[in-house]
Amino acid sequence: MTTAAAPARTRVLSQARFEAITLLRNGEQLLVAVVLPVAVLVGLVSTTGISVGSGRRVDLVVPGVLALCVISSAFTGQAISVGFDRRYGVLRLLGVSPLGRTGLLAAKATAVLSVIGLQLAVLGGVGLALGWAPVWSGVPVAVVSVLLGTWAFVALALLLGGTLRAEGVLALANLVWLVLLALGGVVVAGSELPGRFGPVVALLPSAALGDSLRVALVHGSVSLSDWGVLVVWGVLATALARRLFRWSD
Amino acid sequence: MPPAVAVHGLAKRYRGVVALDGATWSASPGRVTAVLGPNGAGKTTMVECCEGLRRPDVGEVRVLGADPWRASADHRARVGVMLQDGGLPNSARPLPLLRHLSSLYAAPADLEGDGGLVARLGIGAFGGTSVRRLSGGQRQRVALAAALVGRPEVAFLDEPSAGLDPHARLDVWDLVREVADAGAAVVLTTHSFEEAERLADHIVVVAAGRVVAEGTLAEVTAGERLEDRYFALTRKAVA
Repeated sequence: MTTAAAPARTRVLSQARFEAITLLRNGEQLLVAVVLPVAVLVGLVSTTGISVGSGRRVDLVVPGVLALCVISSAFTGQAISVGFDRRYGVLRLLGVSPLGRTGLLAAKATAVLSVIGLQLAVLGGVGLALGWAPVWSGVPVAVVSVLLGTWAFVALALLLGGTLRAEGVLALANLVWLVLLALGGVVVAGSELPGRFGPVVALLPSAALGDSLRVALVHGSVSLSDWGVLVVWGVLATALARRLFRWSD
Repeated sequence: MPPAVAVHGLAKRYRGVVALDGATWSASPGRVTAVLGPNGAGKTTMVECCEGLRRPDVGEVRVLGADPWRASADHRARVGVMLQDGGLPNSARPLPLLRHLSSLYAAPADLEGDGGLVARLGIGAFGGTSVRRLSGGQRQRVALAAALVGRPEVAFLDEPSAGLDPHARLDVWDLVREVADAGAAVVLTTHSFEEAERLADHIVVVAAGRVVAEGTLAEVTAGERLEDRYFALTRKAVA
């Protein structure tokens, strides 16, 4: 058979670029991905009304805001884009194009990681400008946390975006983002929330991601229990998404 | 020449409801094959089995000699698909989208040249407008360009001229004819007798999950008007 398709790498990178540009061109998405995290960062650093724990305020807030960025792109952004792409038949069309279903998943993973990389650079830069002094030796550990968190939240996004109606996905993905921001242990650690929330919040992927980033970038150490929580969420959501995901609406 | 699309004894049920009940037909290279049939007759299911979007319960589908279910990327590159719901991302703009899709192919069609798809289908006029702001007919033309951008050997087009004004419809017919004349097997589903009469070399009439007639226009109509013959064939099958 003749070679009719472009090489696999070209196809995946081309789709990843297309998806990343689409995400960055989307105003609402940019708001959730960059503008709101910057607002949360500046707001929490320059006020003292909300307790973020003991230590330098900026050092505790920045890792949490980085976790918020991961949740914005990996969960909210992906759930919404998958929900609507499914509704408009985009997943079906790309599935029968040379890209295929596997190529589409690889491209989405690449696009999400690129956008998260960009967000972390912007937010990290703003943090440094505000006086953030991370423990640099904790950065490799933080990278692992970001990758595990991305996996868990993308899997949850596929589970949500691949099963509900697009409007439902839109409403729920934004609502979950807001609830996790307020009560999910992302920027305000579970230990700083009213007592009865603590034990439940610790089991959420949002708190596991936030806490593991704080432990890495404030103390330079690894929190295996938080990684464990992220892996369990990743495995469960991946298994459920594999069973329940529907390619068409 | 062997058929580009060969469907034999195709059956498909959805939760016990019969969608296809042993359909058999074929489409040849260099010809336009029109699939006609009432809504719910099984046309879409049949074409989706050929595109690899659905897996038949019973029967065999061969497209360019291969089983379309889980077919290779090279196979998918040789088959162009225009879906009824378009399959276009709402926030994308037509020109960047088509440029992107063409990058998925080793030897894509001319897109933006003088005789390219964009010029032929008049897409340039709205090439920078997001898909969500396009009219139905404009989306239709972008979806057709997306199906043809890989210079397919087989093209499945779901109602390619539905909702178009008469000029655009003629443009689409000319283009489809040209693609077939260049050697591709074009399979289009339609509700338009005019489209079938003017464009089709081969006609397949589907009713209640079965193929009730297949052949050239003259063979299918047997001297009657296509419209009359169609109603006679499909009423009988439904009753």
